[in-house]
Amino acid sequence: MIARALRLALPPLLLGILSLGLWEIAVKALHIKPFVLPAPSTIWAQFVKHFDNIVKGAVGTGRNALIGVLVGAALAILLAIFASLVRVVADMSAPIVAAASVVPIVALAPVLYTMFGADKQTGRWLVAAVSVYVPVYLNTLKGLRRAQPIHRDLFRANAASGWQVTRHLTLPGALPYVATGIKIGTALAVINALIAEYFGGPVGGLGKSITSSAASSNYPLAWAYVLGAVLLGMFAYLIGAAIERLASPRGAG
Amino acid sequence: MTTTSSDSAATAVSVRGLRRVFPVRGRPDVVALDGIDLDVAPGEFVSLIGPSGCGKSTLMRLVADLDDPTTGTIAVFGKTPRRARLDHDFGVAFQQSALLPWRTVSRNIALPLELAKVDSGEVKRRIGELLDMVGLSQFGDHYPDQLSGGMQQRVAIARSLAERPKLLLMDEPFGALDEMTRERMQTELARIAGESGAAVILVTHSIPEAAFLSDRVVVMSPRPGRIVDVVDVGLGDQKERTEDLREASGFFEAVKRIREALHGVEGAAPKAAEQR
Repeated sequence: MIARALRLALPPLLLGILSLGLWEIAVKALHIKPFVLPAPSTIWAQFVKHFDNIVKGAVGTGRNALIGVLVGAALAILLAIFASLVRVVADMSAPIVAAASVVPIVALAPVLYTMFGADKQTGRWLVAAVSVYVPVYLNTLKGLRRAQPIHRDLFRANAASGWQVTRHLTLPGALPYVATGIKIGTALAVINALIAEYFGGPVGGLGKSITSSAASSNYPLAWAYVLGAVLLGMFAYLIGAAIERLASPRGAG
Repeated sequence: MTTTSSDSAATAVSVRGLRRVFPVRGRPDVVALDGIDLDVAPGEFVSLIGPSGCGKSTLMRLVADLDDPTTGTIAVFGKTPRRARLDHDFGVAFQQSALLPWRTVSRNIALPLELAKVDSGEVKRRIGELLDMVGLSQFGDHYPDQLSGGMQQRVAIARSLAERPKLLLMDEPFGALDEMTRERMQTELARIAGESGAAVILVTHSIPEAAFLSDRVVVMSPRPGRIVDVVDVGLGDQKERTEDLREASGFFEAVKRIREALHGVEGAAPKAAEQR
């Protein structure tokens, strides 16, 4: 077990260390200027020095993403259930939601800041929520339609009401799909919450810190915040993957 | 077709002049069932047998109100199939066990009771009884994918009996099982049917299965699906149908009579009933 984990983890780990080493040597040997590319050691020093601020920034951006996930996913699940019960709603909404999935919702951020006020987080929540909504809605709807005809017959023969069919058949069956939607949505929410900060709004988040560090020519610090953003993204991915695993059908995990 | 009683409430199932036509786009309609008359008495075990496409499953689905007849009438305990379905008057079992994979065995069995909003104390007691009846007392907390095919089908049968229905509708419930398991399940079904006193309509394509279990065997022909013969098997009370019966001369006699009735059908259908 441990040997297997080592064999899986060791090669990418070695590659990572090797790349960092090459990066470090290249920057030192070629005298690359910090505004072009700072050395990993310089970035790391900044990361350690400003650790508190980076954590604060990650919490701020993470909170926006989390609010987006909660609101967006809840809304998406409820509306997908509604759409699966009323067929015409599903037929009308699915193409629109699918089309919405290719709209870079974060592009709306500047407009939202003017709508809700530049000192409010509302615009960022909305951007994160919409980015979560799309994959959760589409996946939930797909999952709700997966119920086998034989199960539907069984429920019908037992005089189940429409709500009972949803509650005991389609919803439990859709759960793995909902979780997959949430996993995809969580990653999107973090990215969008972060990028939304680039376009204005209150300070304190990782995105805002990256732009302001870069604007004041403190590139190593900007990179340190980028490292924070990478870690936040990985954390969000792990949470999403854990949710998906919990909801996966028995035996498949 | 023994139309003994005109009072339909005294019969479990009464079918009159039933016809079911499936429209097929661009081609002539398929007549799945035509001119079906059938009575099933309370507590009677009736099998529907015939080659593929003879409409035996369609007939069962119509009785279960999973489909609507084109013309003709069906009465289930004197009610419309819809009323009987809403009153939880019958249990169903299909070829696939149709268990919900995210529910334990106990909770799968409990499903019809939960849907009928039976109170939880009674549900719990009933689950215990049903697990005993199908010999799965040790497996209540298992999930379906932890059970063999035969055990899964036993769970499905327990589930169909959950509400003590007076009518059991079974569509090839043992069709996916191997021969050995199948025979054991038939013996168990005979015992369970006898104990519960329920009338049973069993769709099957196995001659020995029909002979072993049934009071009467309804032999059907395909395209259009019609009843060509009804064989009175009458091998005695359900409770007496044990393994010994499989070697009794009465059993072979019944097999022979059903086979002969089916052979009359085979001219119309090149596929033998026992294939698959």
